[in-house]
Amino acid sequence: MLEVLDVSGLATIQDSGRTGWRKFGVPSSGPMDWFAFQAANLLVGNSSSAAAIEIGAGEIELTATQDCVIAATGAGFSLSVYVWDFPLWDSCFVRAGWKIHVKKSSAGMWGYLSIAGGFDVPKILGSHSTYLRGNFGGVDGRLLQAGDVLKIGIPSRPLMELSARSLAEDARLNYSENPIVDVILVPQKNRFDEKNIEMFLSSEYKINYSSDRMGYRLEGTRLNHIGGADLTSEGMAMGAIQVPADGQPIAMMADCATAGGYPKIASIISTNLPLLAQCVPGKDSVRFRETTTEAAQENYRALIQKMKNGIVESKED
Amino acid sequence: MKPQLVPFGDSALLIKFGDEIDLSINQRVHNLDALLRAREIPGVVETVPAYASLLVYYDPLILSFDQIVGRVKTEMESVEENISRKPRRIEVPVRYGGDDDLQFVAAHHRISPREVVRIHASRDYTVYMMGFTPGFAYMGKLDDVIATPRLETPRVRVDAGSVGIAGAQTGIYPIASPGGWRIIGRTSLRLFDLTADSPFLFSPGDLVRFIVESIDA
Repeated sequence: MLEVLDVSGLATIQDSGRTGWRKFGVPSSGPMDWFAFQAANLLVGNSSSAAAIEIGAGEIELTATQDCVIAATGAGFSLSVYVWDFPLWDSCFVRAGWKIHVKKSSAGMWGYLSIAGGFDVPKILGSHSTYLRGNFGGVDGRLLQAGDVLKIGIPSRPLMELSARSLAEDARLNYSENPIVDVILVPQKNRFDEKNIEMFLSSEYKINYSSDRMGYRLEGTRLNHIGGADLTSEGMAMGAIQVPADGQPIAMMADCATAGGYPKIASIISTNLPLLAQCVPGKDSVRFRETTTEAAQENYRALIQKMKNGIVESKED
Repeated sequence: MKPQLVPFGDSALLIKFGDEIDLSINQRVHNLDALLRAREIPGVVETVPAYASLLVYYDPLILSFDQIVGRVKTEMESVEENISRKPRRIEVPVRYGGDDDLQFVAAHHRISPREVVRIHASRDYTVYMMGFTPGFAYMGKLDDVIATPRLETPRVRVDAGSVGIAGAQTGIYPIASPGGWRIIGRTSLRLFDLTADSPFLFSPGDLVRFIVESIDA
């Protein structure tokens, strides 16, 4: 088990998300940065969907009550175990009694702490993910707090085989404080004229400080609709960029509502969603660039392959 | 309108049947949804029916955009012949009236509160779609005689089980939440129970009938 000693920021348990319940109005939740989340799991020999700790702009200190193997990934965090500092994107062995400390250290927003075997919290509606607004999933539907004791599942292999693995540097994403984020211009691009689409694609948008796991509010050039901002509500997905009446776009994130009634100008492609997610609200900014669905899917398949191939087994030293 | 198939990002397909809230358009959404679910297409993650559109989430590691479009088009050609969908019927007992908006709705239409209740409970409503909060069902279509605009300023808290009217729609709040619908009654049915085998009372496409349990007017 791992016991939480101290925690700050938005620390929750997340797995790959809740599927099959969106039609009833239940958001999928899951990680803000799916790439860092999946890599953390692969590093410790888990399935890419196993439950891990997500830490948003804060830190967490835990103590292990049993031997285990962990990995930390994400952007802008540092990891220390017992008396040593470890790099992110590496798995490491933790002896019973040692302390683990994941801490915000530089630019970036979300960190992930995985453990071989995954965190064994009850499944709600088929998922371990915490949905804070719904007060369910993860640990009692809430943020992790000091004193929480997290059970660990069964590792896929002996611990010694799972430690000291790393994700090759060229298999990682290039996180940035001002990334260029590729989008597909749909499904309501016809609700914006060419001039407004051009403005959207050529301006810089700052991430507003009031952003959260539901959505990232973007502030920049105001976009005007053709025929008003109302739309008959339709399904919603993470990455969709909707434009309410005030003309300031909002990018839908992991806890977004399952339906929405504002026109969407574009949708962020899967491989670039983590780049936006890791932007710091109130500080970082993004630019958007148009791509095609075909290219986006090609990139996605390639990135997953690269991540799987990029796990380097332990180097003898 | 011929359905339009448009990409919604790289992992979802939006099938649009129209632009408005209309019962016959909504029936087409549920018919296609039922058919696609029955087919259990590998790579389709889940479907989300809305008023006039169906959003299909798929896994791009298994299906490309062209493949999902091709598959959905094939199914759509057979959907009209395959309407075997039998909507579930659900009865909802309601204690109408109390201290909320029943009087307002009656006064707004210059009819008696009892007449509002009689009309509200006199027809089957289709669950057009669900959303807003887990388990919230948007239902219609309401008789124009009792269709009433939303509150100008939403209430900060509406209790779970509150039955409301918004325009030509009716619905029930599954959990306490802020809300702008005109509340005309309450039900003691639980719409959302995480510990139950079927956590949600309603599903999109269901037929719902309100039963008058009492009237306090």
